[in-house]
Amino acid sequence: MPEIETTSAKTTIPPISLRRRVTDHVMTGAAVLTVALVLAPLVAIFGYLVYRGVGSINWAFLTQTPKPVGEVGGGMANAIAGSVLILGIASIVGVPFGVGAGIYLAEFGRNRFGSAIRFTADVLNGVPSIVIGIVAWGILVRGRGFSALAGGLALAIMMVPTITRTTEEMLLLVPQALREAAYGLGVPRWRTTLSIVLRTATSGVITGIMLAFARVAGETAPLLFTTLGNTFWNFHPNQPTAALPLQIYVYANSAYEDWHRQAWAGSFVLIVLIVTSVAAVRYVVRRGSFGTA
Amino acid sequence: MANPAFPRPDMPGPQPVAATKVTPNAVQRTPLLRSSGGERADRVFKSAITACGLAVLAVLCLIVYELVRGSGLSWHAFGFKFFAASDWDPVNEQFGALPFVYGTLVSSLVALVIAVPLSVGVAVFTTEMCPKSLRGPLSFFVELLAAIPSVIYGLWAIFVLVPLLSGYVEPFLAKTLGWTGLFSGTPFGIGMLAAGIILAIMIIPIISSITREVLMVVPQHQREGVLALGATRWEMIRVGVLRNARAGIVGGIILGLGRALGETMAVTMVIGNRPEIAKSLFAPGYTMASVLANEFSEATGDVYLSALVEIGLALFLVTIIVNALAQLLVWTVTRGQPARGNA
Repeated sequence: MPEIETTSAKTTIPPISLRRRVTDHVMTGAAVLTVALVLAPLVAIFGYLVYRGVGSINWAFLTQTPKPVGEVGGGMANAIAGSVLILGIASIVGVPFGVGAGIYLAEFGRNRFGSAIRFTADVLNGVPSIVIGIVAWGILVRGRGFSALAGGLALAIMMVPTITRTTEEMLLLVPQALREAAYGLGVPRWRTTLSIVLRTATSGVITGIMLAFARVAGETAPLLFTTLGNTFWNFHPNQPTAALPLQIYVYANSAYEDWHRQAWAGSFVLIVLIVTSVAAVRYVVRRGSFGTA
Repeated sequence: MANPAFPRPDMPGPQPVAATKVTPNAVQRTPLLRSSGGERADRVFKSAITACGLAVLAVLCLIVYELVRGSGLSWHAFGFKFFAASDWDPVNEQFGALPFVYGTLVSSLVALVIAVPLSVGVAVFTTEMCPKSLRGPLSFFVELLAAIPSVIYGLWAIFVLVPLLSGYVEPFLAKTLGWTGLFSGTPFGIGMLAAGIILAIMIIPIISSITREVLMVVPQHQREGVLALGATRWEMIRVGVLRNARAGIVGGIILGLGRALGETMAVTMVIGNRPEIAKSLFAPGYTMASVLANEFSEATGDVYLSALVEIGLALFLVTIIVNALAQLLVWTVTRGQPARGNA
């Protein structure tokens, strides 16, 4: 039997070598550097956006329709209105379906069918927006013509998975005891779900809805072949409609200085819309009962 | 102290209950809510909710059906050769998607090469290094990057990034790394490199937020254990944190890849849109998503349209596979953790 070497009680901790200390400092420095490198484009994009956007925005931009090609002036008022119309359609369709599916998953979805829907929602979430645009074109536009409705429905499809998954998560946070208390009082299940469970989770569910809204508000690709764009006012869901992101895309790719200016102004309006809704989300979340959500 | 089991004689013991209160008639229960019709309402509610769930399934089926139906013509005409041929000639109706597949893969790869170290670095900094008070704002700012619409990234890239690249970065790269062949040719600014960089900026928030989530799940005692062995902070992060979170980080990276593959607008605006396969990253290219954005609404002829839909189908399938893989990896880390903690 080999002798087992026993260490004495007096063990010395070896000093950390210079190489290891230097590596530690270098890696800390590298991490700080990555943060700087990630924040730089953020600052650059927002800074430039505000700089060009504020300088380019004016009353005409917010109240007029585009001028013919080559003429200076005009604005994107019709595109802003069109975006509101399209996003309105998307929300009216997407929110009930998304919340409904989320309720199903949270309250009835502990089975194989529920797992299938959960997986489907995650898959839908990853489908490139341009593919959804193609499908919306094939089903809603082909043979019927471009319309705000088709664009709104394409965006609704993109909203549903986000809303579904956040709604499910938020409803699952509601303590089971609340449901049991309601059942104990003889409240029917639908009433319990709608006025107790959903009510309790409202702020979280709204967070999900706003996130989905912010995500689709800037989407351009699904609108390319569905709403097409329009240089005039349109409020009819069955007609081609201008949308802010589309207009930015067209103007950015143009060769006219004045259109570039308007693209920046449009981007500024769009980002203000989105950041306001994201900030509203954070405000609601902080005030609501699910501070950690 | 008096024994509570034996009440003092001056305290009243249990009194006999008045006989009238125990009559069976008094046990009549009144429901708090009328339950008549409640059952039917419940059934209606459940079917409505189930219909919403079904709609999610139906939408996915509809997408698959529409893509398969639309691409049938092109599939019959070209078969598997569609993805191996590199001639894209709408006039003669010859379609090969190789340049687009190549462009999509290369631009996403460039994006990953740039984004992965940066996002992991940011995630490590926010979870392991920075003071607690900085954590919230820092992750908020990084996630703000995710809230910027794709088209605004494109606009910024056209007017800021591309001039920067063609004026400074690309000449520098050509001088120092030109011998690799990856950075040669005219520095247009517009091209594969610009697309890769803008994609990298767009996927950093995704990768870094998932990495952060995964790092936070690593149990605290792992860190403490490694530190107790005399490790420096970096060694603790490398051995105790990153090694445990590997699978989840890879999941986050793949999720970012999924986003990069399908990204359309920003890439279309800066990649140059030319269906060519070139070794240099300075050269213009074309991606699957951007050819759809540019040519779909102008496609004349059924085969042309069908070829474009087939590209869409391929894009759809690739992103589904990539996303499912990523979900699985992230899931094994974040769900598997409690079980491992108990063991």
